[in-house]
Amino acid sequence: MAQIFTYITHKGGVADDTALELAAAAKKIDAGAAVTAIVTGTGSDLDAVCNDVAASYSEVWKIDNPALAYPNAEAVRKALINILPAGAILLLPHDTFGMDLGPGLSIKTNSAFVADVADIEGTDGTTLKLVRQEFSGQVSTHVTCDASAGAILNIRPGVCKADESKSAGGKVVDKSGNAGDLKAGRKFLEMVQAEVGDVDITKSDVLVSVGRGIEEQDNIEIAKELAEAMGADLSCSRPIVDAKWMEKSRQVGTSGQTVKPKVYMAMGISGSFQHLGGIKGSPYMIAVNKNPKAPIFQVADVGIVANILEFMPELTEKIKEL
Amino acid sequence: MEILVCVKRVPDTSENEIAVNSDGTDIDRDDLVYSVNEWDNYAVEEAIQIVDRVGGKVTVVAVGDDESEEVLRREMAMGAHEGLLLSDDAFAGSDGKGIATILKAAVEKGKYDLVLTGAQADAGAGQVGGMLAAMLDQPYASLVNKIEVIDDKTLKVGREIEGGNQEMNEIQMPCVLSIQTGINEPRYVGIRGIRKVASVEIPVLGASDLGVSSDAVGAAAAKVKVQDYFVPQLGAGAEMLEGSTEEIIDKLIELLKAKGGLK
Ligand SMILES: Cc1cc2nc3c(=O)[nH]c(=O)nc-3n(C[C@H](O)[C@H](O)[C@H](O)COP(=O)(O)OP(=O)(O)OC[C@H]3O[C@@H](n4cnc5c(N)ncnc54)[C@H](O)[C@@H]3O)c2cc1C
Repeated sequence: MAQIFTYITHKGGVADDTALELAAAAKKIDAGAAVTAIVTGTGSDLDAVCNDVAASYSEVWKIDNPALAYPNAEAVRKALINILPAGAILLLPHDTFGMDLGPGLSIKTNSAFVADVADIEGTDGTTLKLVRQEFSGQVSTHVTCDASAGAILNIRPGVCKADESKSAGGKVVDKSGNAGDLKAGRKFLEMVQAEVGDVDITKSDVLVSVGRGIEEQDNIEIAKELAEAMGADLSCSRPIVDAKWMEKSRQVGTSGQTVKPKVYMAMGISGSFQHLGGIKGSPYMIAVNKNPKAPIFQVADVGIVANILEFMPELTEKIKEL
Repeated sequence: MEILVCVKRVPDTSENEIAVNSDGTDIDRDDLVYSVNEWDNYAVEEAIQIVDRVGGKVTVVAVGDDESEEVLRREMAMGAHEGLLLSDDAFAGSDGKGIATILKAAVEKGKYDLVLTGAQADAGAGQVGGMLAAMLDQPYASLVNKIEVIDDKTLKVGREIEGGNQEMNEIQMPCVLSIQTGINEPRYVGIRGIRKVASVEIPVLGASDLGVSSDAVGAAAAKVKVQDYFVPQLGAGAEMLEGSTEEIIDKLIELLKAKGGLK
């Protein structure tokens, strides 16, 4: 089997949760593999991350360069092309950085690329057997990937249980000198923080959350009345914000807010992983959806097959009568 | 500015419930309603708005069969100036790299300052834009939710990252950007708009027109292959409440009370 590497994303000297998830993912490809983590960045933050993940990897390759102070995918790509051995398998998190880096890197290293891997079933010679999802999780697929010339796999965050054993006892190897010229056609300028809204849904105990099933802007009022009757706050999925029907600060998901309510009511939300990624702390989840096969029913505690536009007003009436 | 926007015809998930066919080889494609990939529609709108500001031309391109012509026409009705269909039996079964290879050949036949794709399509891979940029040796930014034209060589682009924060970058043209939903409000296309472009000719280019070798694309070249489709049974799944709406609501209210869902 080819040599397996992972790429560690980090911020403020702390490795992302995916650092240990990718260690576990690598073991699913080859249980006996000596896995190497690659960490790029600069200065003391970088050292802190390298030392931290060393316990979980056989080896940590550190690339220290001021050009990598902010993880610009183009500069990281150049460094990786120079240090990855031919035929390597590299695991990346399927997050906004991995989506930026993975596809182009696979072309430059002439290796196969698989995005958003939801599970790794094993290998058959140099063929990787993987599971993906299509149509926002409505169907799954078994996928084969010919890794004979190497592979880049973007692993969905949260699907591999982190390897917390910290028993690898790896050493940090400084590869900074091998990174080469990191000049990029894209330059990071600044970070603009997301706007804060009138309600902080991250503090809400009960959320009534609406998705595309609400169908029209005017219908938001129906959900608002239910939320008011329940004493809950109103949140939503991304398409509702894209349509400018609700503020961005009310969006639940990886590119929105991370909420930790006690009760979460998903009304006309299909259950994409980007949406579910913003719901933490295992709330009691109630899903109402007109499609009995909607993926949200696989993760909810209670499911109701109904048209939310008819169901919500009736529920509101009943609650008001209490 | 010359802008090429790559678009894909996909089953419309807001119009269809997607199910697996009887032998698990594909989704059930009977009676599916198709439309343009949601992300691509935002990309076309963005291209039109840029050209409205600084001048130039928008071309929309699709890899697909004859039926993809309908989504090209729809985007032309929105305001794209030209359409281009890349179609050949040899393209069938291509993986992401195969599609990027075909598009690269089309890009090189023109002279584009900017190539846009959607951030992802129905397979949720989000790979073609990044691959295309690497093949063209052009800079790339994914998940773009803001584009500002600085001058004829430079753009300022925002990438939407975790938590809805925005990473601002300067990028040199020619370049490739993948567009995230919400960057703009795509205009409505009425039946009259579609009728207006109904007779505009859309050139069709095959493998030989593009100079794409048939062993670089299609199923034979694909390193990544879908073996089958299935619906997984994850965990226990939800307890489904059944009965009359009255009964369901009574049960739900009990549960809400028990779990602290009513104040
Ligand atoms: C990088 C990236 C980041 C993303 N970040 C986020 C994020 O932070 N948050 C987020 O939510 N999404 C995010 N997305 C988008 C995500 O992939 C999905 O597209 C989105 O979550 C779908 O929202 P939805 O469930 O409301 O819509 P859909 O998937 O369209 O689902 C609508 C559901 O409503 C049901 N329905 C329709 N009408 C009715 C009715 N009358 N009554 C009952 N049910 C009905 C349908 O059966 C369907 O299940 C992101 C995508 C990308 C690529």
